[in-house]
Amino acid sequence: MALRTPLYDWHISHGARMVDFAGWDMPVQYTSIIEEHQAVRTAAGLFDISHMGRLSFGGADALALIQKVYTNNAAAMRHMQVRYGLICNDKGGIRDDVLVYRWPYGYAMVVNASNREKIVAWLAQQQGTFKVEVQDQTLQTCMIAVQGPKALDLCRNLTEADASELGYYFAAPTRYQGKNCVVSRTGYTGEDGVEYMVAAEQGKQLWEELIKRGARPCGLAARDTLRLEAAMPLYGHELSEDIDPLQAGLGWAVKFDKDDFVGREALLGLRRGTVRRRRVGLELEGKRIAREGAAVTAGGQAIGQVTSGTFSPTKNMAIVMAYVDPKFTTPGTTCEVDVRGKPAPARVVPLPFYKRPR
Amino acid sequence: MDPKNLRYAKTHEWASLEGNICTLGITKFAVEQLTDVVYIELPEVGDHVFVGDSFGEIESVKAVSDLYSPVNGEVIEINEKLIDDPTKISGDPYGKGWMVKIKVEPGSSLDSLMTLKQYEEQIASEEH
Repeated sequence: MALRTPLYDWHISHGARMVDFAGWDMPVQYTSIIEEHQAVRTAAGLFDISHMGRLSFGGADALALIQKVYTNNAAAMRHMQVRYGLICNDKGGIRDDVLVYRWPYGYAMVVNASNREKIVAWLAQQQGTFKVEVQDQTLQTCMIAVQGPKALDLCRNLTEADASELGYYFAAPTRYQGKNCVVSRTGYTGEDGVEYMVAAEQGKQLWEELIKRGARPCGLAARDTLRLEAAMPLYGHELSEDIDPLQAGLGWAVKFDKDDFVGREALLGLRRGTVRRRRVGLELEGKRIAREGAAVTAGGQAIGQVTSGTFSPTKNMAIVMAYVDPKFTTPGTTCEVDVRGKPAPARVVPLPFYKRPR
Repeated sequence: MDPKNLRYAKTHEWASLEGNICTLGITKFAVEQLTDVVYIELPEVGDHVFVGDSFGEIESVKAVSDLYSPVNGEVIEINEKLIDDPTKISGDPYGKGWMVKIKVEPGSSLDSLMTLKQYEEQIASEEH
């Protein structure tokens, strides 16, 4: 049976359409995807993201283990900082993309739901003689994201440490209604916002309080259109064991000048590679939407493949992320995308498709 | 049009026959399932459509669905307004949201299609 988040009953009783996502029964939409999307772009949306994997790291060698598996540099992080990075295989392929949190007393990591068990097993395998205890706290906790220009205001005074006091990509262990929790100024929508991790039994109370304060519940479908506009990669689409961070445009999250890490040697070699397809954004003419797997062509030749495609509510047009041959990656380059047998003219554009006004 | 007087296909199209002109659209249930319609493709006037063949498609943010004709015949009119603004289908799928008018052979009937009651039973079973 599919896993259920602590908010499952709430979703069902509020008419959410549910789908299986990475083994979890998740709300895909409550009402209109476009309205939920716009709520996040203009006000504040609320997401149940309890399916995401939440791991804590304790022990003297917590940092050493993270450094060994993580492409970014956790040693250079400040207390309470949150940093994006990849976990790679020894060929440089991406095993997962993760957020690492540095606490004064240890570390935490948020991993994709689809990779949680794989990463837990990988950490155990890489642990060797390191003195570290990794705890998977996913099923004991509830994770809720509040995203949008009004998110910070709306979250004021909910927890002892306030999200509005945090810098972007900083987090704090604090208390909610007398229990330990984490508040984090992070997200996956292209908007400013807050992510909470609270005890599972407190999830419903926090969720309902956030709705009372004006946040609109949003499903995974809106989360997908939002992250696509923000050009954030999604594991299983833009990222996989056969794609490396450099071709994915995530070289900024790979630090070669830190100690050795799994995949470093391979990535050093790939750094000089010139033939691998690269991740780009394309805008399509016409309203037909190209979906994952659609072929990208130029002059009748296959030059790439779509990894995610949707209708962009902000731009009112079809957009995709795709991997294409390196000589077609310059913004302005024209190509075609096969939309179910009919070619749609397309143009390479700089990513992201959407950047929030600051 | 009054949903009670329409006939329904398993694939969620509705049909109305007056003389030898059959009007087709999709049901309120189908529209609600799609929610965010962004694109509708319809045939051209003069095209021939056949039972079971796709005569167009309707695309929402989530997915694309084919439109199937429950009759054979020639397209004599299409709802251009839907092509300009596909969201028009949402408010009034049985009225302003009609899709195509098809001239059918004399003697054609919609008897093989479901009544409203039968269709409601089908969607009730789909929802569970």
